[in-house]
Amino acid sequence: MNLHPILAALRKHKAGVVLIALQIALTLAIVCNAVFIIYSRVEKVNRPTGLNESNLLLVTQQWVNAPSAENAGGVQQLDSLLRQDLDTLSRMPDVESVASINSISLLNSSWTGGIALKPGSDIPNKNNVHTAFYFGDDKMLATLGLRLVAGRNFTAGEIGNKGMRDQSEPTLIIVTQDLAKKLFPHDAAVGKVVYLDGSNTPSTIIGVVARMQTPAVGWGDNFAWYSTLVPTRINAPFSRYIVRTRPGRLDAVARSAGATLYGANPMRVIDEDEGIQRFDDIRAKAYRADLGMAVLMGVVCLILLAVTAAGIVGLTSFWVGQRHRQIGVRRALGARKIDILHYFQLENLMIAGGGAIIGIALAVGLNRLLMSKFEMQSMPVYYVLVGLAAVMLLGQLAVFVPARRASNVPPVVATRSV
Amino acid sequence: MLGYYLDLAVRSLKRSPGLTVLMILIIGFGVAASMTSYSVFRAVSGDPIPWKSSHLFVPQIELWGPKGHGGDGDNGDPPDAMDYTDAMALMRDHRAKYQSAMYVISPAVVPAQSGMHPINVTGHAVYNEFFPMTDAPFKYGSGWNAADDDQRAAVVVIGEKLNQKLFGGANSVGKTINVDGKDYRVVGVLEKWSPQPRFYDVWNTGGFTTSSDDVFIPFQRAIDVNMANDGNTNCSETPKESGFKGLQLSSCVWIAFMVQLDNAAAVDAYRQYLDGYAREQQHSGRFNWPPNNRLRDLPAYLDAEHVVPTDTKISLLVALGLLMVCLVNTAGLLLAKFLRRSGEIGVRRALGAPRSAIYAQFLIEAGIVGLSGGVLGLLLTGIGIFGVGWVLPKDIANLAHVDVSLLLLTLLVAVVATVLAGIYPTFRASRVQPAWQLKSN
Repeated sequence: MNLHPILAALRKHKAGVVLIALQIALTLAIVCNAVFIIYSRVEKVNRPTGLNESNLLLVTQQWVNAPSAENAGGVQQLDSLLRQDLDTLSRMPDVESVASINSISLLNSSWTGGIALKPGSDIPNKNNVHTAFYFGDDKMLATLGLRLVAGRNFTAGEIGNKGMRDQSEPTLIIVTQDLAKKLFPHDAAVGKVVYLDGSNTPSTIIGVVARMQTPAVGWGDNFAWYSTLVPTRINAPFSRYIVRTRPGRLDAVARSAGATLYGANPMRVIDEDEGIQRFDDIRAKAYRADLGMAVLMGVVCLILLAVTAAGIVGLTSFWVGQRHRQIGVRRALGARKIDILHYFQLENLMIAGGGAIIGIALAVGLNRLLMSKFEMQSMPVYYVLVGLAAVMLLGQLAVFVPARRASNVPPVVATRSV
Repeated sequence: MLGYYLDLAVRSLKRSPGLTVLMILIIGFGVAASMTSYSVFRAVSGDPIPWKSSHLFVPQIELWGPKGHGGDGDNGDPPDAMDYTDAMALMRDHRAKYQSAMYVISPAVVPAQSGMHPINVTGHAVYNEFFPMTDAPFKYGSGWNAADDDQRAAVVVIGEKLNQKLFGGANSVGKTINVDGKDYRVVGVLEKWSPQPRFYDVWNTGGFTTSSDDVFIPFQRAIDVNMANDGNTNCSETPKESGFKGLQLSSCVWIAFMVQLDNAAAVDAYRQYLDGYAREQQHSGRFNWPPNNRLRDLPAYLDAEHVVPTDTKISLLVALGLLMVCLVNTAGLLLAKFLRRSGEIGVRRALGAPRSAIYAQFLIEAGIVGLSGGVLGLLLTGIGIFGVGWVLPKDIANLAHVDVSLLLLTLLVAVVATVLAGIYPTFRASRVQPAWQLKSN
């Protein structure tokens, strides 16, 4: 089809053309970036933690009038309270396994430090790899459902205990595969010696687990997979336990665990909301902000696309009404219905194409702005290309209704009121 | 004349109901999306204590030296909190009008009635000047005095929620409560108080929190009874000694600090005092680096700590983009609508109406569309804020609310935006040549 008549007609409607093109450009820029935000958030939320997340409970409690964790006698008393709780929980019906632990993936309560190949390195230092510590016992791996890929688990005899502010370092540790690769890019990590928190005590890696996410959400993304497992029960006035239940019995155990613990020893506090948490709830809470952002961006995209489509329908309808007589003349001179339809479709394709070219520049510019101000990542090129295809398609869909009405203008219009 | 234009506008809008409804919908959705984002942004970027935020300052001291720097996101600032040694030195020197070191405690409270489980509470160990400095609102009683701090008295200020739980909301001043196994005399009960962001302890809350403090205990008393720090601790080296005592001797930072300075002279004097203090530490050999301190007032400190979540800013930016698209759209639709009436304009102009009359007529029409869109926008903003409560984290979502100023702003934005969008179409309408239109009719 000859483009000349279209261009000539567009020149008469400069303002309308500019407004539609501008709208398409802005829509493209915003939708590309919003969809990129949605995708990054969903990708983040879907990362597996490395745990077997079903049928897993975390119990957090605090003893009242607890012995002090500051002296050796108090620490041993606290440890015996802790072991009583482990025993109480493991005797509950439907409980498969119980372990002591200081935190869990995504809980946002973390104990972090440095791990280095040389003794005595300062903690905020490039020789030190930032890691999150999990203190627990020999049942920790099985209860969490971690997969051991090299070496072995801790044995019951290797588990020690210490007060929460005792600075002594363990002689044995298990690390995640990512951390092992970071420390020893070329060798097997099992059997190697490392130093924790800048101390001079050598710690030997005895095992490597496939994956375990750190508790830090948001601020800890740069060391999310660098976890270190330590064979130590931490003694403090409060304690945490992980409980793996039989399949399908999670809710039953979650309901009765509090009462069972109170029954065994009433001098304690178990918080009503955060005392006993299913792992699914911990995950939902950790990622609520990310999912919320994804939903908000999704709603904005939908509104934006609907508004733009409505705008195109509105303006094109106006043009069809304005050119009623010209369309009649064309039809009378032999143009087929399909020619009229194509005319409007092609016209929209040109306007939307022009707008989309500006939109690509805007989309990249907006992404750069978000990167510099808000630490966002660089948007891959295919987002822009898919966005381009989407707005062009949107334009064609929106223009179809008024264009078909235009094609239905009868030739006889040409003979009236001239 | 105004009545006549209103009448004309309503007739014109009724003539093409489809287009009118479309414009109202577009304005409504655009305004609602941006106002919903704005309400969240307003909530998290607000000043928690506007009447004196410019008098509250957070001192930061370079107490780690160069080894505290060089990590991710390091901007040359000293640590955000203080170690015990320096916090105590600043308290002893007492150079500000009010000052308080503080740390988070999380003791257990055992109710007097038998049969009730012990309650886990959170709170802060603070100095007596904390209360006048933060203007904490008292329902009964007051804070303790300097002598209580010195004598490490077993006194406590409790929050409204804990007072409700333990004493049924009655005046409990003078009664005792059992905190971690020891009796404390209640000297004050606060009103419901949960400033957002939690300006006095950004170190531990990061800004926003759903919980409120249940207990406040004299700082030195809490140290004496070994009530351990339940907040964040950050170390540049492993403490040499174990235990809470070891933490107090270490260079680890875990204490939040705030001072009140009422005028520029006092601020300058305090700044000089901090530098003098750091230089003194340098001379004594404790710091091997020159002074590098910060003394930011509260708004500057909240900004430096990035208290407003990034997501909130991005949402607001995107929502403003959406509003812009809606305006461009409305401009296009108004253009179509106005130019369709070229004939009518031609007749009016030929009969002697000046351009200003055309302006008035069409801008009023745009204003009516804007007002209607604004009313729809109000409804949608209400739904939006309700929806935000479902999808955003509770600490943020709880803060977003509808109030009169938001309602007025919504209407204002809708009307102003639509009238702005109507300016170009109106300009085009006023340029219609009467002769042309009359000829073709």
